[in-house]
Amino acid sequence: MTIQQSAPSPKVSVEDAVFTYQEDAAPAVDHVTLPIAPGEFVAVLGHNGSGKSSLAKLLNALHLPTQGAVYVCGMDTRQEALLWDIRQRAGMVFQNPDNQLVSTIVEEDVAFGLENLGVPPPQIRERVDAALAAVQMSDYRAAAPHMLSGGQKQRVAIAGVLAMAPEIMILDEATAMLDPSGRREVLDTMCTLHRERGMTVVWITHAMDEAAVAQRVVVLQAGRVALTGTPRQVFAQVERMRALKLDVPPMAEMARLLRARGVPVAADVLTVEEMVEEVCRLSSKT
Amino acid sequence: MLRDITLGQYHPGDSCVHRLDPRTKLVLTIAYIAAVFLVRGFVGYALAAAFLLGATRLATISVRFLLKGVKPLVMILAFTFVLNVLFAPGETVWLTWGALRVTREGVLTALYFSLRLVFLVMGTSLLTLTTSPVALTDAMERLLSPLRAVRFPVHELAMMMSIALRFIPTLLEETDKIMKAQMARGADFESGNLLRRARAMVPLLVPLFVSAFQRAAELAMAMEARCYRGGTHRTRMKVLRYTRLDGVAAACMALLIALIALEGRLYG
Amino acid sequence: MPIVIENLTHTYMPGSPFQATAVHDVSLTVGDGEFLGLIGHTGSGKSTLVQHLNGLLRPTAGRVLVDGVDVFAKGTDRRAIRHKVGLVFQYPEHQLFDETVAKDIAFGPHNMGLDKEHVEARVLQACQWVGIDYQALGDRSIYELSGGQMRRVAIAGVLAMQPQVLVLDEPTAGLDPRGREDILTMVQRLHAEQAITVIMVSHSMEDVARLVNRIVVMNKGRVAMDGAPRQIFTRGEELRAMGLDVPEAVRLADALRARGFAIPPEACLPEEVCAAVAQALGEVGAC
Repeated sequence: MTIQQSAPSPKVSVEDAVFTYQEDAAPAVDHVTLPIAPGEFVAVLGHNGSGKSSLAKLLNALHLPTQGAVYVCGMDTRQEALLWDIRQRAGMVFQNPDNQLVSTIVEEDVAFGLENLGVPPPQIRERVDAALAAVQMSDYRAAAPHMLSGGQKQRVAIAGVLAMAPEIMILDEATAMLDPSGRREVLDTMCTLHRERGMTVVWITHAMDEAAVAQRVVVLQAGRVALTGTPRQVFAQVERMRALKLDVPPMAEMARLLRARGVPVAADVLTVEEMVEEVCRLSSKT
Repeated sequence: MLRDITLGQYHPGDSCVHRLDPRTKLVLTIAYIAAVFLVRGFVGYALAAAFLLGATRLATISVRFLLKGVKPLVMILAFTFVLNVLFAPGETVWLTWGALRVTREGVLTALYFSLRLVFLVMGTSLLTLTTSPVALTDAMERLLSPLRAVRFPVHELAMMMSIALRFIPTLLEETDKIMKAQMARGADFESGNLLRRARAMVPLLVPLFVSAFQRAAELAMAMEARCYRGGTHRTRMKVLRYTRLDGVAAACMALLIALIALEGRLYG
Repeated sequence: MPIVIENLTHTYMPGSPFQATAVHDVSLTVGDGEFLGLIGHTGSGKSTLVQHLNGLLRPTAGRVLVDGVDVFAKGTDRRAIRHKVGLVFQYPEHQLFDETVAKDIAFGPHNMGLDKEHVEARVLQACQWVGIDYQALGDRSIYELSGGQMRRVAIAGVLAMQPQVLVLDEPTAGLDPRGREDILTMVQRLHAEQAITVIMVSHSMEDVARLVNRIVVMNKGRVAMDGAPRQIFTRGEELRAMGLDVPEAVRLADALRARGFAIPPEACLPEEVCAAVAQALGEVGAC
């Protein structure tokens, strides 16, 4: 007997979606097709105005496609009856930490989504505690959000989404307003959730080093998918990325500089450690 | 300057005053203010002051900090004091100066009036210092919930209030920043006549409003993304419960009111 | 026009339960024409410190001398000092308020009491410095601009006062790579061509490394390091302990040196490290 193997159905499926803000304006999202597999960590890159935020908002029915379709866990986002199910499954963290926290107390804020869903009080308590522990903010449960650092606020926002038990988390430039340590806190938190719980993550950013940790990078330009592949494949194309008004991680740029000087390091180096290995490899050859 | 305002600031703690049910504190504060307005003589003011000091001590908040909350009011206090002294009717004349007369009754009225104002501010400050804004709006929502029967938007009002409270520090910080940024460009908020000063506010107010609207739009979207759809089907994490402590506090207040009423009786 | 900071301490909300000392006994001299990077973790006191340079904050202790004048001495005209020391706040586009781009940029020079022609000349000049097309955008509403353009207009609003010292607090925060590059190039050109002193507050070593000739690192309200970028970058361990990073090119140079490659200590820009690596590989290396 043979077992028929079929590819797992995608968690999110964007099918030839178009999104236009105004009738006659250029579409912000222009015929994008993007399946996202369960447990995948996808980074969406693009300069400001490339359509990445609009794409993000299609993923939890904050925007509805003008053409084409978006499915979240098999549910069509255009079906109004499924709206709250879709938003519970596809949680979203926004850019400005100040403008997404509702409450003056951390744990009350984390409870907000669950209260909206009508979860019974004892369960809310349990899930709030668990979510705060998962983002390592338990010590700040009674703090006021405005007393926290940017990174801490974003972790509280993540906990607020996490408590709702989503299957996909979309982070819409969630690190853009943070300092380096805040960025690291938030990225580490999401990497842990991805690794340990198999969370599907859509990470929207213009920071190249953050995109480098993803399993797949999608580069948007004028609402279309301009490039896609593993971080290595994408960042090796330094010139192409520049043309898309984007950067590459410093070591990818270093690889390009070295190759231009005739040093044959691999083009797809991403980290300092890899570069050290490359240089050692080359030196042992000579 | 803005940072001096203690009214509305929450001072986290674990004292018995903090642990009181917010509904109790809210009702008792209102009762206290009413009682202060019923006071007729010095003994009553002394009682009211003693009650306030006692509660402040129990809340482990320094009286000096509470008094700082009165500071922004000094101008108003001085103004009403002078007005009362000069214009309140009275018979026992202490001083005359042209058409102006200072009477014993006038001075007493002025004094009482100022004391009431100070007690009012200190009492409400104590409430907000020991009760988190969330608890306070929660209390208000629950106390007013019977009004839902007459279609009064109790939940919406409470939500608006709690969001306003959440954004007060953010907007204060922003005001401070924009003010400084315009001062760095040579703006002058302090000199000139009233009209000039009002015009000088434009570079502060325009950006502040623009940003507030933008924040509101973003917050609305974030709330929608977290499945907010008004008060229906909503549950709450924290369930309020009255304890014995609330009974004790209510009894103390009843005693205060009784004593004040008694004093009022004495004065006839 | 040198700036001298003497034993400056700043405490927020003294006497309240929220009392916090953001700057502790800092002394610093910034000479004419310097391009200084002020680096530190959030909460290190760098933003508080720079707000003293034009008298927006009053020191709790110590003093600031701008061109020999004590900013908070009696009789000092602080508004005049603000014309000389231009301060661009973080996310400066949030301060734009007037109907058009040109009017908004004119706010500063107008406040200086200049006549119409001079104001206009300065607006024109400032637009040119920041790369805003005055003809095309001057009469536009500020809300029609892109994020990067708004930021440049806001910077132009400060530059129009033609300050001799320009202080920028995180000028690239929140911008995409292209926007960041534009701003940094612009600041670099201003410093080179207009010979003004620039103090740039940043938490990005990567941004600062190739621009400035001096780095001051702040940590917990104090000056932790002060020197040329090359000197600062040799202290990677300490920087990391303060929550700061060294540029990746420097980390690569360090790592290769540890493996026995002859990378000269002064190599710290990507191009320099690259050249050094190519040279080291040209000779016989060991690993």
